[in-house]
Amino acid sequence: MKHFKASITVSLRKSILDVQGKTVEHALHSTNFPMIKNTRIGKHVELEIDAENAEKAYEMLSDACKTIISNPIMEDYHIELHEMEA
Amino acid sequence: MRFGIVVFPGSNCDHDAFYATRHNAESESIMLWHKDTSIPKGTDCIILPGGFSYGDYLRCGAIARVSPIMTAVTQHAKRGGYVLGICNGFQILTESGLLPGALLRNSSLNFICKDIYVRAENSVSPFTNRLEQGQILRVPIAHGEGNYFADEDTLNMLEQQGRVAFKYCDVNGNTNLDSNPNGSARNIAGILNEQGNILGMMPHPERCCDVQIGNADGLAVFQSLISAAEVLI
Repeated sequence: MKHFKASITVSLRKSILDVQGKTVEHALHSTNFPMIKNTRIGKHVELEIDAENAEKAYEMLSDACKTIISNPIMEDYHIELHEMEA
Repeated sequence: MRFGIVVFPGSNCDHDAFYATRHNAESESIMLWHKDTSIPKGTDCIILPGGFSYGDYLRCGAIARVSPIMTAVTQHAKRGGYVLGICNGFQILTESGLLPGALLRNSSLNFICKDIYVRAENSVSPFTNRLEQGQILRVPIAHGEGNYFADEDTLNMLEQQGRVAFKYCDVNGNTNLDSNPNGSARNIAGILNEQGNILGMMPHPERCCDVQIGNADGLAVFQSLISAAEVLI
């Protein structure tokens, strides 16, 4: 069994207007950052998981993301896995 | 007619729902705990009340929908029992997949707490049979995530099947951007499931059931349910 640390980013689906991202972007533009574009606000989840290998860990986490961590109707998720030393 | 009101950690409209059903609608009403695994026999309508279940952690309704009682609520709904989700209850119903779509952050990013107007789009459902088609109700809203979202196909299906129960409107019944408080798709304030036994709505009918507090427009929703249950008996 291997031990993994996962970094999961959940963000609104691209097709959905992210009003929070827009507002933050307007604030950035009105300070010193007019060059910033396409601001999206999301959530960051960190967790650890034991699995036989990276594929199995990814599979289980995808399932967890679809079930609870994200709402597939309005959100996308991205998983990054890092194997930890035993 | 017996209502069962589920109390989640963070529910704050449970007692309003109890008062509205017990005292204003003069029905039997019981409180159900979120850790219960069954619903007492003879309970006709489960109310998932408003509030901030589990502190709105992760997403509104996301944790509540895996509460022990939700398995029993789903079975109750599958048997044709009535389920009314108000505000956070509506969010729990979409999170659990019992109703389509999702509730996004209000387009203004503000928590909105005020009286608004809704127009009854359906006058035949168990929740709206005491209303006329197009009847306008004044009902309070109080939410930060009430911006109803669904894809175009789902929205078209909801409208074609008469499953939009309420739309936000102005005092004259006009549905437009100005009368849409939170950015909801097509001004949708409440929707029904395909079988018509589940209603989710963001406005709070339980908060306007008593003439003593100046508005009893919401009482019709509970009276409709009582009428529907009587027909079944």
